[in-house]
Amino acid sequence: MIEFKNIVKRFEDKLVLDNVSHVMKSGMSNLIIGTSGSGKTVLQKCLVGLFEPDEGDIIYDGKSFTKMDDEERKLLRQQIGMLFQGSALFDSMTVQENVKFPLDMFTNDSNQQKLKRVNEVLERVNLIGANKKYPSEISGGMKKRVGIARAIVLNPKFLFCDEPNSGLDPQTSMLIDKLIYDITKENNITTIINTHDMNSVMEIGDNILYLKNGKKEWSGNSKDIIFSENKNLNEFIFASEFLQDAKQMRMMELKK
Amino acid sequence: MNFFSHFGAYVMMIRDMFHKPENPKLYWKEFMHQCVEIGIRSLGIVCIISVFMGAVSALQTAYQISSPLVSKYIIAQIIRDTVILEFSPTLICVVLAGVVGSKIASELGNMRVSEQIDALEIMGINTKTYLILPKVAAAVFTIPMLVVLSMVLGVLGGRMTVSLAGIISTDTYDKGLIELFKPYNVFFGLTKSYTFAFLISSIPAYFGYNVKGGSLEIGRNSTTSVVVSCVVVLLADYILAALLL
Ligand SMILES: Nc1ncnc2c1ncn2[C@@H]1O[C@H](COP(=O)(O)OP(=O)(O)OP(=O)(O)O)[C@@H](O)[C@H]1O
Ligand SMILES: [Mg+2]
Repeated sequence: MIEFKNIVKRFEDKLVLDNVSHVMKSGMSNLIIGTSGSGKTVLQKCLVGLFEPDEGDIIYDGKSFTKMDDEERKLLRQQIGMLFQGSALFDSMTVQENVKFPLDMFTNDSNQQKLKRVNEVLERVNLIGANKKYPSEISGGMKKRVGIARAIVLNPKFLFCDEPNSGLDPQTSMLIDKLIYDITKENNITTIINTHDMNSVMEIGDNILYLKNGKKEWSGNSKDIIFSENKNLNEFIFASEFLQDAKQMRMMELKK
Repeated sequence: MNFFSHFGAYVMMIRDMFHKPENPKLYWKEFMHQCVEIGIRSLGIVCIISVFMGAVSALQTAYQISSPLVSKYIIAQIIRDTVILEFSPTLICVVLAGVVGSKIASELGNMRVSEQIDALEIMGINTKTYLILPKVAAAVFTIPMLVVLSMVLGVLGGRMTVSLAGIISTDTYDKGLIELFKPYNVFFGLTKSYTFAFLISSIPAYFGYNVKGGSLEIGRNSTTSVVVSCVVVLLADYILAALLL
């Protein structure tokens, strides 16, 4: 569980996060949604400490992250997996070496055990046969999947995914969503996903935080969204006529 | 940022560089990799520069010493001492500031911009220790060796030239080399090369690690880092000469 209270983040004089508070629950996929530029990435980076929030408190399982020193943060981070918006694969390493890197760094397993684990997670993200390729030789969607594989290889307790399915076709998108959802449930992970993909919101939105201009505008789950009266949220989620219709249908279904 | 805040941040980076490695084996592997990148890959350019440096100083020294009153083997001594004291340590390190420095700065800059450094940080790795220390250590380990090699090649280049150009015989040259040889000069040359090696690896590392922005900034920072390293090397050269000679 990650709880954060009154997070404020400014860049120079630009206010990017304005007093955001929320609880990210374990064993759930917690979504942060909002338009481009609403502060999703900045919020995630504040939560893991890549940005220092100007104000506010972040609490991991009852321990204040804001008050931890560098060593304590380092230990906590060994339980965090993160997928970056741009994948951030190490481009001097092959796919296999990328995924194996955390194992090399933090475990004393034999090479054989490590390779077994690497192939296991690569299989989970549906990426077989690309082991020896370099990041520059694979597609954007494949990079995303390698990024996820690297993030989950050490069985993290907290998983952060910044737009795991942007730039992917709908089918692969759904596969990735389902994969993240399944491992969240299996290992009782606290998963935090940034997205503006409406499919994800509807399919895996256990706990949704809607940011607008750096403020918390709304929160709830994927059912609540259907019945929400919030105008901004409705305009954002059900932007097209097609989606409006889908909403009506879903509403009727749920009411039945 | 002004000079003092950069200097302060640089000193802090050097301090943060020394942390207990999470996994010594991986750090060792990275150190070895950097020794190849920094040391072995610079071998070619160092050899070429050193031979020419010796050859040219042979011709120019001979040109300047035209008086019949001065014994010709003095040429050998002059070549020996300039090569050992100044040419090999300083010239080689200024060139390496370009070759090695820009490589370090752009590699780290690229890792910063594409969030690879953040990715390492999130895994719980001390990125200053993992990314910078092996590079600086490899530079400090291999560059003085390159400088010693350069000293030898420089003197040999001079020897080849004096005999080819018919200035003096190789026997006279060898005699001049041994005469009035001060081992302290080699020590001084090495002291310089250790200092410069540290500077030309850590300064570009500082610039690369702290790149902000996009790929345009990577290039800009890498150029700045080379310029700054060169100037600092020359400054340090002056200070060391004033202190130790
Ligand atoms: N390092 C930075 N320095 C200055 N401003 C920044 C920085 N990072 C983000 N911002 C600003 O913060 C705001 C929020 O950016 P953020 O990247 O969080 O958006 P986002 O919600 O993730 O958008 P997207 O969906 O496009 O990824 C933007 O206006 C951006 O200009
Ligand atoms: Mg973003």
